[in-house]
Amino acid sequence: MGLKGGGEFSRLGGMGKKQAELVTAETMASKQRDISVSEFFLKNRHLLGFDSPRRALLTAVKEAVDNSMDACEEAGILPEIAVELEQLTESRFRVTVTDNGPGIVKAQIPKIFAKLLYGSKFHRLRMSRGQQGIGISAAGMYGQLTTGAATRILSRIKHTKMAHAISVQIDTRTNKPVILSEEEQDWRPTMQVVDEEGKPDGAPVVHNHGTCVSIDMEAAYVRGRQSVDEFLKQCAIVNPHLTLHYRLTLKERAESGNLKPEAGKKAGKGDASESQISGFRSPPSALSVTYRRAVNLLPAIPDEILPHPHGVELGMLMQMLKDTESRTVKGALSSDFSRVSAQTAGDICERAGVNPKASPTRVAHHEAELLYKAIQETKLMRPPTDCVAPIGEEQILAGLKKEIAADFYSAVTREPAVYRGNPFLIEVGVAYAKPEDPELKSDDPVRLLRFANRVPLLYQPGACVITKAVQGVNWKAYGLDQPKGSLPVGPVVVMVHMASVWVPFTSESKDAIASYEDVLAEMTLALQECGRRLSVFLNKRRRDLEAARKRNYMELYIPHLALGLKEILELPDKEEAKIVKDLKKMLEKTHLDV
Amino acid sequence: MATKKEIPNAPEVVSKQAAARKIVSVAGEIHGDIKKKHKPSMCFPIRSLANVKYDTKRGHFEILNKTATRTLSYNTVKTFAQSMRLLATTKNDLLDKDDIAGKREIYYNSKSWGECRFDEQPESDSLLDDMEAMLAINREQLGYIPEERGGDVCGPLVVIDRDPATHKPIKIDCTKLGSGAWSIPSRVEHLGFESKAKFVLTVETASLFQRLVHHRYYEKANCVLISMSGVPTRACRRFIRRLADDRKLPVLAFTDGDPYGYCNIYRTLKVGSGQAAHINRFFCVPTCHYLGVTPQDIIDFDLEDATHPLEEADIKRARDALKNDPFIKHHKEWQAALEQMLKMGVRIEQQAFAKHGLNYVLEEYLPQKLKKAKFLP
Repeated sequence: MGLKGGGEFSRLGGMGKKQAELVTAETMASKQRDISVSEFFLKNRHLLGFDSPRRALLTAVKEAVDNSMDACEEAGILPEIAVELEQLTESRFRVTVTDNGPGIVKAQIPKIFAKLLYGSKFHRLRMSRGQQGIGISAAGMYGQLTTGAATRILSRIKHTKMAHAISVQIDTRTNKPVILSEEEQDWRPTMQVVDEEGKPDGAPVVHNHGTCVSIDMEAAYVRGRQSVDEFLKQCAIVNPHLTLHYRLTLKERAESGNLKPEAGKKAGKGDASESQISGFRSPPSALSVTYRRAVNLLPAIPDEILPHPHGVELGMLMQMLKDTESRTVKGALSSDFSRVSAQTAGDICERAGVNPKASPTRVAHHEAELLYKAIQETKLMRPPTDCVAPIGEEQILAGLKKEIAADFYSAVTREPAVYRGNPFLIEVGVAYAKPEDPELKSDDPVRLLRFANRVPLLYQPGACVITKAVQGVNWKAYGLDQPKGSLPVGPVVVMVHMASVWVPFTSESKDAIASYEDVLAEMTLALQECGRRLSVFLNKRRRDLEAARKRNYMELYIPHLALGLKEILELPDKEEAKIVKDLKKMLEKTHLDV
Repeated sequence: MATKKEIPNAPEVVSKQAAARKIVSVAGEIHGDIKKKHKPSMCFPIRSLANVKYDTKRGHFEILNKTATRTLSYNTVKTFAQSMRLLATTKNDLLDKDDIAGKREIYYNSKSWGECRFDEQPESDSLLDDMEAMLAINREQLGYIPEERGGDVCGPLVVIDRDPATHKPIKIDCTKLGSGAWSIPSRVEHLGFESKAKFVLTVETASLFQRLVHHRYYEKANCVLISMSGVPTRACRRFIRRLADDRKLPVLAFTDGDPYGYCNIYRTLKVGSGQAAHINRFFCVPTCHYLGVTPQDIIDFDLEDATHPLEEADIKRARDALKNDPFIKHHKEWQAALEQMLKMGVRIEQQAFAKHGLNYVLEEYLPQKLKKAKFLP
């Protein structure tokens, strides 16, 4: 919760510094000024996931899709989202994301899309995809910075005649939106379902409400594990209630002079990976796919909760005391935190030696410290856990089944648990792919899909507690190979989802989940449960394979046995057939577990 | 020799029709089991040294009553199917059509059986042995002809054979074969003999046989010479047995002085083998004795420097015989001979006598041994 309003980033000049001979306090003061949040992020864009053109493309899509999903779900609308990437020049893309959400009132549009740290999610403790309200506006700002183009928004609210069409830019010095144009248009979100070959399937679907945001930005499209393609596919798995259209249009390559198509073919497999890295060697000219909704049930809307005292740092405690509407410390503790009754609040004050009737705004630093210590020592009820909504085992299975062709699926949703006062919940899904799956090979490490509040995490797997948890489970006991301390090996997809009111990301770019013991333990238990079920399946499969092999073997020779008898005893064909039948039955009974 | 009549002089002669009926009856039992929803099984005597006893009265290995039952199962289904097809082929193609086949021909014949075919000849050989034991009819009578040579004969003997076409008797004088010898045929039951020889001398190697024939040793010693070329074949054993019984001739064996010569060649000639235990009583020569080369001969004839060290396989074979071979276990002299050989750590070949001159073996060794007449049992 560290980043707050712009003022905190102003430098306090001169304090404790020796005055240099040539620089006076006055001259320094003339140079000292507010640094806007926008400027700060401009210079630290890696913090938000815009550090490379490749990553920028993914982050922009991710933030837009997160916003759309959250908006739809809060409004009780089954989400349908269209993501379109269009390559404009070699290094420039247009990202357009359209949803069927409730739409945005005209006055809010500029702030949402062109003001950093504006949003509905930052000021509350509630499970949602976005957490800070910096995402989409940062994407717009990144686009503006790299291409000079404005962010264009179309939004239509239900029961209105026209949609708003607005172009905005961000004033990076003041963190304020600048509206470039604004008009009314007869626009409706329109989406085209495509079949497996990317051909239109039926008439376009027209919604009468929704939002479309379009950003031009410097970007690179690269296929692979950290691509937009992968992100959207994983979104579809973890959000089975989502219908997602994805269309990619790449420019024809301009300079293909020295690389004729035939030469490219001959280069073979070795070149394939190369081309994936460079992104512009031989990408597909177009891609169009629809991930269809598998369930028509919206996830439960999680409750908002007050912070639990055990999850609050000292600085935040001080801030909360300062901001409270209560007039006493005791009152502030019991009304602004969850699981603190008046009685408990009194106990805490007593333990800390702080006057419960003192004004919370006047609590001194050392008193706050005593309070903080007292809170840690006080036994408190665990926070309410109905504020974390699981995807649900059935939904996970539905998501896995629709995107991965497997012989075995399993999902486990754990009961909610608590780390540092934050309720959370772990879910695990496992799919054992069919042997013909070209992507999931039996001698490769398992595909690990990481999710936080239903958002796929594609970067920094090594830093993530999910990876650590999967590596820590003894998969050999469940029938998978596992090099020591590594991911298990097999044609397996393992997905792990952490749902929480506050996911402990290791950084602001939300790539990896920090390792808390309680979180790790829950993940391990869920993985082990799935592992046990997987081993039951693998054992049965092994037995079935063995039985099939035995049956084949026996069925190979039984007819010969019968033929021999027939020839010796001069039996009729009918009798021969009967012998074959009888022998099969006899041998299968004793040699196959059927 | 009052007991002699107790031993049947020849294997039971089974007509082709009777053999075919036997096959039909075996198959019928199997079919009956299947009809009763029982797993069919085949039963046959175990053919190994572990299932024979040395019948000292009759002088050969007699099979015991240990049997193996092959019940149809996942593990035996292939062998079972192959056995049935082999029985069918034997009955329909050999017995019913009065035809013959070699072991190798049967192996190739199975190549038309699809996945039921034999991959290697030892597989079909082993099943043939099983079948022979199960039916209790030796394979020659089922129409299977051995492929190996039966052995060569030379010396004062007239064999009375028949012309295969006209069935007229043919007399073969085994002294009038020039520089060659007479080959023992695969079936010897119909042969008759005329001979004034004093004994039969069987030798292991063809080269020594050639030397003895070349120098007409059979005239000098008045014996019938037979070359076995290694372990004597069934026909060879049967021929020697019939000749010995018919003419009441003693038989002496002359092999390399090594465990193979003692425990495989001589032992099989005298008492039969574990493999063919069920028919040993016909295919052995219980009256046979061992002439040499004995370990003691190495010392007596000053041949220490014409020996070879025993190899691992030799030592193992000797130890194995001392431990498991009922024949060796019965005869102290043989145990002593093997122990002596193990102690000396050497083996000797028949040709080693050439150290003292090429014809030393027939001029000195054989006459001395025969004169001394001390043979191993």
